[in-house]
Amino acid sequence: MSSTATITDATPPQLGHRLTAARLPRWAPAATAAASIAVGCGIGAAAGLESHVQWGLISALLFLVVSYTLSASVEGRRQARDRFATSLVWVSFVCAVVPLVSLTFYTVQQGIDAISPEFLTHSMKGVVATLSPDGGIYHAIIGTIEQVLLATLIAAPIGLLTAVYLVEYGRGRLASAVTFFVDVMTGVPSVVAGLFILSLWNIALGFEYSGFSGSLALAILMMPVVVRSTEEMLKLVPNELREASYALGVPRWKTILRIVIPTAIGGITTGVMLAVARITGETAPVMMLVFGADFINSDPFNGPQQSLPLYIWQQYSQINNDFGYQRAWGAALVLIAFVMGLNLVARAIARWRSPKGGH
Amino acid sequence: MTSAPPADARGRARRSRGDSRRGDNVFFNLSRGSGVLLLVVMAAIAGFLAYRSLLALGKNEGNFLTTFEWTPDATKPVFGIAVLTFGTLVSAFIAMVIAVPIAVGIALFISHYAPRRIAQPFAYLVDLLAAVPSIVYGLWGVLFLVPHMDGLTSWMDQYLGWTYVFDQSSTGVPPRNLFTVGILLAIMVLPIITAVTREVFRQVPRMHEEAALALGATRWEMIRTAVLPFGRPGIISASMLGLGRALGETIAVATVLSTNSVLSLHLLDPGGGTFAQNIALKFSEAQPLGRDALMASGLVLFVITLLVNGAARMIIARRKEYSGAAA
Amino acid sequence: MAKRIDVSGLSAFYGSTRAIDDISMTIEPRSVTAFIGPSGCGKSTFLRTLNRMHEVIPGARVEGKVLLDDENLYGASVDPVAVRRSVGMVFQRPNPFPTMSIYDNVVAGLKLAGVKKKSVLDGVVERSLQGANLWNEVKDRLNKPGAGLSGGQQQRLCIARAIAVEPEVLLMDEPCSALDPISTLAIEDLIGELKAQFTIVIVTHNMQQAARVSDRTAFFNLAGVGQPGKLIELDDTQRIFSNPSVQATEDYISGRFG
Repeated sequence: MSSTATITDATPPQLGHRLTAARLPRWAPAATAAASIAVGCGIGAAAGLESHVQWGLISALLFLVVSYTLSASVEGRRQARDRFATSLVWVSFVCAVVPLVSLTFYTVQQGIDAISPEFLTHSMKGVVATLSPDGGIYHAIIGTIEQVLLATLIAAPIGLLTAVYLVEYGRGRLASAVTFFVDVMTGVPSVVAGLFILSLWNIALGFEYSGFSGSLALAILMMPVVVRSTEEMLKLVPNELREASYALGVPRWKTILRIVIPTAIGGITTGVMLAVARITGETAPVMMLVFGADFINSDPFNGPQQSLPLYIWQQYSQINNDFGYQRAWGAALVLIAFVMGLNLVARAIARWRSPKGGH
Repeated sequence: MTSAPPADARGRARRSRGDSRRGDNVFFNLSRGSGVLLLVVMAAIAGFLAYRSLLALGKNEGNFLTTFEWTPDATKPVFGIAVLTFGTLVSAFIAMVIAVPIAVGIALFISHYAPRRIAQPFAYLVDLLAAVPSIVYGLWGVLFLVPHMDGLTSWMDQYLGWTYVFDQSSTGVPPRNLFTVGILLAIMVLPIITAVTREVFRQVPRMHEEAALALGATRWEMIRTAVLPFGRPGIISASMLGLGRALGETIAVATVLSTNSVLSLHLLDPGGGTFAQNIALKFSEAQPLGRDALMASGLVLFVITLLVNGAARMIIARRKEYSGAAA
Repeated sequence: MAKRIDVSGLSAFYGSTRAIDDISMTIEPRSVTAFIGPSGCGKSTFLRTLNRMHEVIPGARVEGKVLLDDENLYGASVDPVAVRRSVGMVFQRPNPFPTMSIYDNVVAGLKLAGVKKKSVLDGVVERSLQGANLWNEVKDRLNKPGAGLSGGQQQRLCIARAIAVEPEVLLMDEPCSALDPISTLAIEDLIGELKAQFTIVIVTHNMQQAARVSDRTAFFNLAGVGQPGKLIELDDTQRIFSNPSVQATEDYISGRFG
């Protein structure tokens, strides 16, 4: 205890011990928000700003400034900072909601008119697309389903096994190399994957355009996503479970298959689902490798196919008039519904598979 | 939350002890093989693109790095990536500047701020946003967002024009520019960054949050002392995912950006280009040399994303070292 | 510094479930008061109502009054953040901030309160760590992560962190339940020293511990299965363990239930 002697500055730091503090009433944030929006819109309207983006920005800025100053003057700096953070978080929330609502609303509004039984059950074969609103997306639906299914069949098992390798066995340089490159691979842009399959499958090996070559590119995009999400989920499985299983003499691979994976299956499903959702909407690799077709081709291994995203792109960029836009929105609505449906089903499975549902 | 191992595991284990070693071997090799396959694919991507690139670069009569034009199929093939590099980096940068703070905010909203009744459905909605295909974002971007950006663009020109980058040299044209693309990319990468960040925030041990609160921290101070430090590697890793998407986003950019390839520091002027957009637009008409030239630009994009991800990876690794026993 | 706590008519809820019902008691300053009772009897919940940590859990709320000297912690204009600075807390499992060094852990509370001067912070670090009987063990590695210490050291670091902000009251929620016997002994000795300065309330599962460290002991029990927890009696520790006035207390202490 000899070092104690050196302490000279032993004065207490003088913390206030007052319990009460001036507080803004509970309704203050809501009132500030309402007032800011009102004033923001008022300024917007008065200044004749045509875009509502500006109105929103003014309101948000007002809200942040007023929350801070009001709180700082009544409650003090620390509370003001706390309130400012809260306000920022709420503004972020609104920032996320606005485009979501706008996108959904606009897509439904534009797309709903295009959709009819005929639209869903016909291809574009024999339709003069620039001059008529006829034709449909049947061929594109078939193509998308086949391509995504094939890609998932390739990518999901490989991704799952890789994740198991990394979490359960992963030691040493190979594992760290795999971890590193999985991360890098998540960043591989879809066009690059498309170019790669093009140079390997189509140019070097001489295959022609087909749904399957698109699937190969989609699988490359899907694999790292599956690995990453599965890895995260497997890591969350408590070690106690594994140890309990080893202690009962269960071999490692059975522990993984019977205990670890089932425990994490909800999260794994969610991960695979997000990956599927991502690749379903991929346009670029499909554009290069599947090529697109106006007619129905249900054989993914031979000849060009169509796919929904590619169909939208072609209707927008090649037809590029109201007929094209109409069909593009129709297909977009179907594509979104398709992806969301996938989402819902996968989530239902996730919830059903994990009885105690995590959080 | 843990469920106990199945009660009959013991019996099953006894029966299977004989083949457990072989099972372990098979399973180990299978899973390791998958990992190796991923490495092979990555090597193959680099290898094939490099090979095709070399073929193209040998015939290029311009400087690949500094040339603005992209005319590989002309009688005198000239192509360069100056415009593309600039456009790709700038649009991704704008996207990250907007998206990362907002995504962290949304993640905090879901994990710590929102009333429970709102948090869960809202988290779900954000996930749905992630599921919206990029072509739909593109369509929405060009037919809805671009017209609505008019006001904001002229406003920024008026008040922020002095910064040069926000100066608009030609008014009255639709803002199909790098700035709008940046905003669209921000919206697109928001859900993915949010989803990952939110999960990390949720895993912050309650005891660390309570430690901060018990010391007399406000909610924001608790988040700063307990949540954000714990979540930082997660935020970086999430941003990395988002950046990867923004850099390589193809079809949404191809839809929104007007097609004149110019390099201009005026971000509000229409035009410009990105690697991915250029590949998508030029691909269908490309001759064999043009295709190889696009592969060369694809290789550059690949290398850029590789560097970005590698750097982010290293930041995370260093962070883990410091937090030590926290993991 | 140390203040008296007067609780009257306090009930705590999780959502619509009443966890503890109508508790009134007085906790003397500069003494150690132990809460004992069977699992789930609400003693930890009650402890957390004393620094308004209970309401941190979503859906949780409190009714009744807690007077710190004469000020009601649940008064209309009382700031929970200020309450928690005056009433410190040590948790069941050691919880130093994993991303912070030992030094930063100790000064975390002060930094939040806006104390920035290095000389002041240095002084507080040394004084608090000495107060927690940890200084000699860590003085040469103050900049190492707090998470690298042993469990017992981590818990003493948490105590140092709690006393660094100079609270009036120190709440301890089973502070030794995750520790080995030697670390437990170190903490118990420490509690004996700290009571010279602080009002200490400790929840413990271990009746010997309550007998060793506390001046007064409160016994909590469930009114019945699915019923809220209640305070059965509060008395001098010696009396509680030798001659309690309620039969249930004697049954619990002699090991007939719980």
